[in-house]
Order: sequence, then structure tokens, then C-alpha cells
Amino acid sequence: MPERTMAATEIARQAGEGARAVPLSGHVGFDSMPDQLVNKSVNHGFCFNILCVGETGLGKSTLMDTLFNTKFEGEPTQHNQPGVQLKSNTYELQESNVRLKLTMVNTVGFGDQINKEDSYKSIVEFIDAQFEAYLQEELKIKRTLHSYHDTRIHACLYFIAPTGHSLKSLDLVTMKKLDSKVNIIPIIAKSDAISKSELAKFKIKITSELVSNGVQIYQFPTDDETVAEINSTMNGHLPFAVVGSTEEVKIGNKMVRARQYPWGTVQVENENHCDFVKLREMLIRVNMEDLREQTHTRHYELYRRCKLEEMGFKDTDPDSKPFSLQETYEAKRNEFMGELQKKEEEMRQMFVQRVKEKEAELKEAEKELHEKFDRLKKLHQDEKKKLEDKKKSLDDELNGFKQKKTAAELLQSQAQQAGSSATLKKDKERKNFF
Amino acid sequence: MIERPDSAVSSVARNLEGYVGFANLPNQVYRKSVKRGFEFTLMVVGESGLGKSTLINSLFLTDLYSKDYPGPSQRIKKTVQVEQSKVLIKEGGVQLTLTIVDTPGFGDAVDNSNCWQPVINYIDSKFEDFLNAESRVNRRQMPDNRVHCCLYFIAPSGHGLKPLDIEFMKRLHDKVNVIPLIAKADTLTPEECQLFKKQIMKEIQEHKIKIYEFPDTEDDEDSKLIRKIKEKMPLAVVGSNVVIEVNGRKVRGRQYPWGVAEVENGEHCDFTVLRNMLIRTHMQDLKDVTNNVHYENYRSKKLAAVTCNGVDATKNKGQLTKSPLAQMEEERREHVMKMKKMETEMEQVFEMKVKEKKQKLKDSEAELERRHEQMKKNLEAQYKELDEKRRQFEEEKVNWETHQRILEQQKLDASKTMEKNKKKGKIF
Repeated sequence: MPERTMAATEIARQAGEGARAVPLSGHVGFDSMPDQLVNKSVNHGFCFNILCVGETGLGKSTLMDTLFNTKFEGEPTQHNQPGVQLKSNTYELQESNVRLKLTMVNTVGFGDQINKEDSYKSIVEFIDAQFEAYLQEELKIKRTLHSYHDTRIHACLYFIAPTGHSLKSLDLVTMKKLDSKVNIIPIIAKSDAISKSELAKFKIKITSELVSNGVQIYQFPTDDETVAEINSTMNGHLPFAVVGSTEEVKIGNKMVRARQYPWGTVQVENENHCDFVKLREMLIRVNMEDLREQTHTRHYELYRRCKLEEMGFKDTDPDSKPFSLQETYEAKRNEFMGELQKKEEEMRQMFVQRVKEKEAELKEAEKELHEKFDRLKKLHQDEKKKLEDKKKSLDDELNGFKQKKTAAELLQSQAQQAGSSATLKKDKERKNFF
Repeated sequence: MIERPDSAVSSVARNLEGYVGFANLPNQVYRKSVKRGFEFTLMVVGESGLGKSTLINSLFLTDLYSKDYPGPSQRIKKTVQVEQSKVLIKEGGVQLTLTIVDTPGFGDAVDNSNCWQPVINYIDSKFEDFLNAESRVNRRQMPDNRVHCCLYFIAPSGHGLKPLDIEFMKRLHDKVNVIPLIAKADTLTPEECQLFKKQIMKEIQEHKIKIYEFPDTEDDEDSKLIRKIKEKMPLAVVGSNVVIEVNGRKVRGRQYPWGVAEVENGEHCDFTVLRNMLIRTHMQDLKDVTNNVHYENYRSKKLAAVTCNGVDATKNKGQLTKSPLAQMEEERREHVMKMKKMETEMEQVFEMKVKEKKQKLKDSEAELERRHEQMKKNLEAQYKELDEKRRQFEEEKVNWETHQRILEQQKLDASKTMEKNKKKGKIF
């Protein structure tokens, strides 16, 4: 069989169940498929997003300008930022017939604070926010994924200060937080401050520190034979020691980008002077597509998996039967509706309870009121009785007195009458006497 | 503070001043796609005996259907089946996993009502598989088994479409890319073929059937080509498994007493056009349209059904732009607001009733108090009256007693005087 470059196992894997290999008796023409695919991508345009992390003043913006051979926007930042901010700019570049939408994100104020414990947080939040935006788009009911502007970070260039000794603890902490979220490519910035021998030692120290701290940096892929060799060589040169410059100096009869010192000129594109060319090769010319693929299939999937699990999605139910998407959503929706109903019920119950309590309270008050008035009424009755008694006794007295008075008067009048008759008699007798 | 690049934010165009290298991106894409390999699923539908298997074999220059793997017409079942055969073919370093889906029994029964249903079910089930795989929490490399293209074979009657043809295409045109073909075109003369094609296209338009449309290109040459192809639709094809020698050339063709109908001769039939279009230029586009249009249609219908369970369809217009979860979030927020409103309302009613009751209580308390006060006043008045009466009485009593005492005294004095007088001899 001609052109069998892949191992039989690979073919079997890719063939899936039951695909049998059949020979072709002529040129069918599907070998144009890669071209069809490429044409489609070229028509659609490409998109790439780079995040530059590093302390202020390490030459991030200059390096970007140098890499992409153009002057990007931005003023050099001061050191007095209160926190770490991320500023991003999008540019449309074109080289021959290839259009590239390039987004550059810069960390402003990184490493400037006194307390740098939270420096990495805004970076992680930013990266997650891009994943989240993509995830939301992917989950929509009506979605337009093929025209979505992908803002996920495909490569993170981590700028290491050229101290010559070792990584700073801020670097280790930050890279550890980022290595599962983005492809990290560490580079030694402003490496024209380090001599060749120091550089070699520095690189070894950095690599060993990264390994011993378990930081996973991006490895150029070696599974495709066409680029395996160059990639594995380059992997050995990591981290790249770079120098950036947008100024041109005449060397010989050419204008080259360089930095001019009294003791000599550092040429950016001279591989003996720095690893700039290597970085450009690896980042742009050879592995740009792989960086995008890794971001999508590894980092994004990890984010998505965690997010979905957080939201309670599972692939299989307790009996390990796979859920269909519909079932999952339906289950979620039922749960959700049930929750809402429960909340409504709870509130109603609470009100019913309050009404009952208040009613009881008011009934109590009413009862007390009635009791109070019953008491008063009784008091009143008693008083009235007393009054009646008094009245009665007074009346009795009055009557008694009246009787007495009447009796006395009767007596008196009798006496008087008697007396007067006696007197009359006496008078009469007297008179008669004479 | 985080600034997120907005997709609506304008990007700045920049001119490069030197070599950067991303013009190599297409090569990177090429390399990766070759390594991954390609997949394509082609469905062939038509009555038996229309030369479907032969055409497939001719298209792919291989014995996909052979004695060991018979074509659909050899496998007629009692009911319409949908079956697939998977083959792996390689050419120029490019590997293609080709799945041919055929429908033995289609249109062969006496009563063919609903014979399209198994086909629709098959296509939907592949969409569902993809949807489920895409929606898993742990996603693996997803094989794409969705049907990318459906070749529909029209019998070369020369008259027009049969009712079954129309019905089938109408039901499938928004689920899959339908490419109608005139089968066994070597039974039609060029003039008959032209008329037949015109008639078919007219009927397709009348019934508003959406067959696969070639995408517009900016390239002038390509547009010319595409216009030419469009004029030839539906393509009239001839297939053959046999290689014949004609004028020293070895060609695939059908040998008749009156000549050889060559498969790959553009003047004999449109086979080359079909092959170029299907395989060499538009295979990727067929996959893209399946992914971006047909699958998305299926997915949005499926998800809308799940999340808007029986809710009024008119309310859903704005909701389809969200994911079902975002939808639930919004409903949750709405519900919270509704609950708040309900709560304030209930609170208000409660307070009002309480106030009423309390007021009533107060009123009755006031009333009772008032009455009690009144009674008390009454009582007090009576007391006063009584006291007054007593006082008067006392006064009277005292007066009378005093008077009595005076009288007594007088009487005493009088009797004393009388006694005295008596003693004095007033009494003779």
C-alpha cells in the first residue's frame, strides 16, 4: 500500500468501528480537502491573542512592536499603579493574503505594589472572563460560534527580569496560578544585560526552579514529524533570552534593528546576540496554530469542565447511565421550578403564621378589654348597691324622723289642746269662779 | 479592574514594515488537518435500480459496493432501512473516513407513505449523538457522524418529479444538504435532458424546496464556474464499474451496440461536474453548512423545547439568544422580584388589617370607657344628691330637735311656772 506513513494502530484508531480500508483505482481528488479547509480559514481570517505578563519597564511593549514589526499604541506606564490592570488592544494585520486579528493584552502595574499577594488575581480573572464569554456563547440556544470573535488568550509571554540569579517568588506564584489556564512561554527580558556565561547558568536555574515548583510551561509539540525536530531543539533553548528594539542602526550596508551601546551594538535579529529570532519562529511561524488548538482543547475544556461541575452537571447519573443533554436540562429545570415554588410556599406559610399570631394577640387584647370592663361594671354595680343602701337608710331615717316628728307634733298639739282646753277650762273655771 | 475586548470594539488596521511570519499560518493549518484526517458522510437515496451503488463506486473509484458488500438494491427489506458502510481511503497523504448511508427499500413498496421517516430519524439521531457528545462535561474528540450530503436520485422519466420525490425533498431540505441527481442519464437525449432539467427546477421552485446552494465567492473565475454549474442543475449522471477501451484510451463507460457512453465525458453526462463539486471543491463547504446551519437548527429547536416547556411561543423570541442556564438565571431574578412584590403586597394587606382591628378595639375601648365615665358621673351625681338630701335632713333634724328642745324647755318652764303658780295659790 503506497503512502502508508502512519502506524497501523493509528489508522485503526482513526477509522473507528468497522471502517475497512479499500484501495483506489485512480485519482478521486479528495486530497484537496486540506486545501479546501485552508481556503476557508484564509477567507475567514485568523485570530490570535497574546497576554504579556511582567513587571513595569521590562520592555513588553517594545518586544511586541519588534515581533510584529509595527508600532502599537500605548504610553510607557509609571510605577505608581494601585493595582494590576489589564489593558487590551486589537489590531488587524495582513501579511500576503493572510489576515490576522491580533489582540495584545498587557498587565499594567504588575509587580509595582508593596504587597503583591493579589497581583495574580486580576490576571486569572481576566483569563477566566474570556473563557466564560466563550462558554456562554457555546451554551446559548441560538448561537453563532463560527463568527464569534474569540478573545481567549492563546499565549502568555511571561517576562522574567534579567537578574541573572533566579526567579522571583512573585514569578513562581504567578506562573503556578496561570499554568493550568494558559500556555505560558517564559522569556528573559532585556537580556542584553546578561553575559553569555551568566545567561546559560540563569537559564538552567530558571528551568530547574520551574520543574521543582511543578510549573507547567508550554512545550512546543513534537508529535508531527515535519516540525518535531525543530521544536524539540527549541524546547531545549527555553526560556528565550530576548532583546527588543524598534530603532534601526546601520550595520555594514543594511539597516538592522539594534540597541547601540558605547561598547558595541546588540542586533535583535542576530541569533548570536539573543533568542529573538527563535521566539519569532516558534511563536508565530511554526506553532501559532498549535497554541490556539491547545488553548481550545486543553485549557478551555478544563475551565468548562470545572464550571459545569460547579453548576451541578454530571455526565452520568448514580446508576452510571449517561445523561442526554435534554435530560440534564430538564432535570435542572424541574429542580429550579421546584425551588421557586418552595420559596413561594415558604413565604406564604410565613405570612399565614404571622396572621395567626397577630390574630391571637388581638384576641387576647380584646379579651382583656372585656374583662376589664366586666370588672368595672361589677365595681359599678357594687357602688350602685351601696348607694341604694345609703339611700334606703337615709329614707328610713327620714321616715323615722318624720314619724317621730309627726308623733311629737301630734303630742304637742294634743298637749296644747289639752293645755289650752285645760287653760280654757281653768279660765272658764276662773271665770266661773267669779 | 478588567477591560475585556469587546467583539464590537473596532480593531485598528496596521501595516507591517517587515517580515513577521504569520503568513505561514495556513501551512500550519494544512499540516494539522492532514495529521487529523478527514471524515465525510454521504447519503444516497432513491428507488432501487437507479444505479446508486454504481455511481458511488465510480465517484470514489473503488469497489465500495461489491459482491461481498452488496449495494442497497440487492438488500431490499420489507421496510425501509437506513444502513451505513464505513470505508477508509487514502490519497496524496490525505486520509478520508467515508461513510456511505443508503436506504434499501426506499420507494419500492406499493404504499410508500412515510418512507422518509426512517431517513429523518437517522439524520436526527446523528445530530442528537453529536449534541450529547458536545454537551458532555468531559468531552473527548468528537467523531462527526452527521450526514453532510444527501444525493437524491430521480428516475429518468423525462416528465417531471414524482410526488414521492417532492415529498421527500420537502421534508429533508432543512435537515441535510440535498443534491438532486438525474440517474441513468444515458436514457435521455441531450434535448430531452434539458427539458427534463428545466421541468424539475421549475417544480423545485414551485414547491419551495431548498436544495444545496453553492456559496458565493469573491473570485471571478470561481463565480463563473459556479454559475455554469448552477445552470446544469440537477446534474444528470451516469455511472459504471467497467473500464472500456475507446480510441486507445481506457475509460469508464457503458458499452452499447451504438457506442460507448463515457462516464467522465462532459458531453455525455455531468458526472465530472458532480465529482469535482462534491469531492474536489465543495466537500468542506458541505460539512460547514451541515455544522453551521442544519445542526444549529436542530440544536436550537431541541434546546428551546427543553427550556420553554409548554410556555407560550411568542414569549420566547427574545429568550433564544441566551443559554438555557442564563435563561433560568433570568427567570430566577424575575421570580425574586415577583416574590418581593408579593411580599410587600401581603405585608401591606396585613398591616392594614391589623390597623383596622386595632382601631376597632380602640374604638370599643373608648366607647366602654365613655359609658363607664358616664355611669360614674351619674353615680357621683346621685351621691351628691343624696348627700345634699342628708344634709338637708340633718339640718332639719337639728333644727327640729333644737326646736323641740326649746319647746321642751318651754314646756318645762311652763310647767315649772305652773307649779310655781300653783304653789303660789293661783289655784284656788
